[in-house]
Amino acid sequence: MMKSLDQAPVGSYASIVRLHGRGATKRRLMEMGLTRGEQVYVRKVAPLGDPVEITVRGYELSLRKADAAMVEIAGS
Amino acid sequence: MSVTIALAGNPNSGKTTLFNQLTGANQYVGNWPGVTIEKKEGRARGYSGVTLQDLPGVYSLSPYTPEEIITRDYLLRERPDAIINLVDATNLERNLYLTSQLIELGIPVVVALNMMDLVKKSGDVIDSAALSQALGCPVMEISALRNQGIEDLLKQAVQSAQGARTAPPNTLSGPALQAVMDIERMLEGLVEPAMRRFMAIKLFERDRRVAGLPALDEAQRAALEQLIHGFEEQLEDDSESIITAARYEWIGELSARAVRRARTGQRHSLSDRIDRVVTNRVLALPIFGLVMFLLYYISVTTVGTLLTDFTNDTLFSEWIASPLRAAMEGAQVSPVLVGLTVDGIISGVGAVLGFVPQMLVLFILLGILEEVGYLARVAFIMDRVFRRFGLSGKSFIPMLIGSGCSVPGIMASRTIEQERDRRMTIITTSFIPCSAKMPIIAMFAGAIYGNSGWVAALAYLAGVAAVVVSGVILKKTRRFMGDPAPFVMELPAYHLPRPANVLRAAWERGWSFIKRAGSVILLSSVALWFLQAFGLEDGRLVMVEDNNTSILAAIGRLVAPLFAPLGFGGWKHAVATFTGLIAKENVVNTYGVLYGFAEVAEDGLEIWSRLAADFTGLSAASFILFNLLCVPCFAAVGAIKREMNSARWTGFALTYQSALAYAVSLVIYQLGLLLTAGTFTPWTVLALVLAAGLLYLMFRPGRRLNGIAAPV
Repeated sequence: MMKSLDQAPVGSYASIVRLHGRGATKRRLMEMGLTRGEQVYVRKVAPLGDPVEITVRGYELSLRKADAAMVEIAGS
Repeated sequence: MSVTIALAGNPNSGKTTLFNQLTGANQYVGNWPGVTIEKKEGRARGYSGVTLQDLPGVYSLSPYTPEEIITRDYLLRERPDAIINLVDATNLERNLYLTSQLIELGIPVVVALNMMDLVKKSGDVIDSAALSQALGCPVMEISALRNQGIEDLLKQAVQSAQGARTAPPNTLSGPALQAVMDIERMLEGLVEPAMRRFMAIKLFERDRRVAGLPALDEAQRAALEQLIHGFEEQLEDDSESIITAARYEWIGELSARAVRRARTGQRHSLSDRIDRVVTNRVLALPIFGLVMFLLYYISVTTVGTLLTDFTNDTLFSEWIASPLRAAMEGAQVSPVLVGLTVDGIISGVGAVLGFVPQMLVLFILLGILEEVGYLARVAFIMDRVFRRFGLSGKSFIPMLIGSGCSVPGIMASRTIEQERDRRMTIITTSFIPCSAKMPIIAMFAGAIYGNSGWVAALAYLAGVAAVVVSGVILKKTRRFMGDPAPFVMELPAYHLPRPANVLRAAWERGWSFIKRAGSVILLSSVALWFLQAFGLEDGRLVMVEDNNTSILAAIGRLVAPLFAPLGFGGWKHAVATFTGLIAKENVVNTYGVLYGFAEVAEDGLEIWSRLAADFTGLSAASFILFNLLCVPCFAAVGAIKREMNSARWTGFALTYQSALAYAVSLVIYQLGLLLTAGTFTPWTVLALVLAAGLLYLMFRPGRRLNGIAAPV
């Protein structure tokens, strides 16, 4: 089963394996820096459970779990 | 000289501050045609003939969001003489992504590394010289907030604008570079050298929306497709992703050379520590509630209402209208002119300007919250609730303010970044009962419902329900589904608000409201005054004392049958609804006048018995709902027009609101009749059809977009 970014627990590091999905959604995620091989850190989750904030390429990015689910990761 | 310099950069990079510093007061703010996005232009301070064009904050030039399309089209079509690319140095790699695309355009670029003071504080070191060499353009260190390095930046930009154009450097790494270079060779003779790299990349990405894309013949297109396909197979990815990855690979290499990080591991700045409180699971919502309460309290309940009441009651009524009327009547001016001037124009102008103080207070407060960075946190916290209904987390603020007055509420929707969410919010904000609608509710509560407190509560509930239902329905329609960009956002670092930015933005917003919305309000007020002041007597148009015989009443009688299926087909009700268009408070006054009372209390106490005779519990509910949901007062309509910046969208908003109001009232009334009295008429059938239709629109499956099902 693919492990995806929305499943990564807060405080963990994860390495991006690949991005699923197509077109603009996938493109936007990549343009924000979520590319293959990049390491991200899950900082926090919003009080209502969504969105989730991660650190990528030195900055903090918030994305919805539905979109984070497109990012396949290898956890640590 | 006449030089145009464009200002481009990521959102939150400090562009607004920089733009304000470069132009001072010499700015002009409008809208890009047909969209709700602000367009700012200005003259550079200290230079003559240098125009600065601010472009919307974008992360990339990929053509998916309106901001990106505007930016890219502007740069390709208008060809400014130079681009100042503002880069947030604390966020270098992601900012360089846009830079890598800008330098390919064949326009001289000057990179402004902003927030260098923060970088130095963190201990990181950025080698600007190395960056400059790799990017092939000047790199200037600045701090926009502290006004450091700005003059040198401008000087360099003007110099670059007048200097020679050089071929853009390479911005890709990896196998994709080979592919692009192959395509470049194909373009020799078709595209000028400065643009060849850019066009080659666009062709590789199969980007069809680029202005000036070279026309290829059959053979070339086939060869191109084969080339792209081959690479996609080889790298197991689509061509757009290949390029994106290639750019970041190049950026990674550049970063390794030019940036030295002080320490690895997570950084915890002051902003982080503040956020730990502001966005934590337990405290976030209470803190949010407190901030919203203060915002509302100051802008609506206290200062705002104070100023609005002063403007409406004292300034306009006492100081201007009354003396003017007395003077004109004393001078024996014709009653028509007196009426037109005092009741039409002054009243109309007063209606417009009455809102301005409250709006300014609100905009200042909102501006502070925005500058400080808190609004981004609002979106972060509230997003989950709102996005299910096609709205943004930031939609909460317009709705909250809308419970006081829709006009500033609608205008507050500007803080929402995504155009689709913004439009949706503009359309639905007026569903929340505003303070002007409360007298209507109070009046019926007293006359029909024995002063029950439930009426007001249910009215608010109905408003919220209308917002939710509208969100759900509209999100499934093509128009609102079109925005494919996933919702990502940054939580920028907190910083102290700059008074200049806040005040300038508030003033500009207030002024643009007066200009744009004001014309709508003024004209419609005058028109409505005319319709209710004049009537036909013996075939002649004269002023009438009793507005039961006015043109408006005649129109009311004509239109009244339309409202019969809703339960309030009497002509008085039609007229009352129409006068509500000027200001919802008018409904009560109008009923007063129509029932023969010159003046009534705010909740129409005197006419309760008359109302009770004309309405049943059910028809009153229908009337309340209709007035709550349908088109708001002219001032709000003006605000909608201003924010939508598109006649089509404004028309859509008003049509949708009216249609929803009519449908809901019809359904409630007819089904209510069916349930209470067993009445079954053709109208009942219509009501059932409409109800079924609404339910269908709400619960039909959303379409699939990009292989992912749309949520809800």
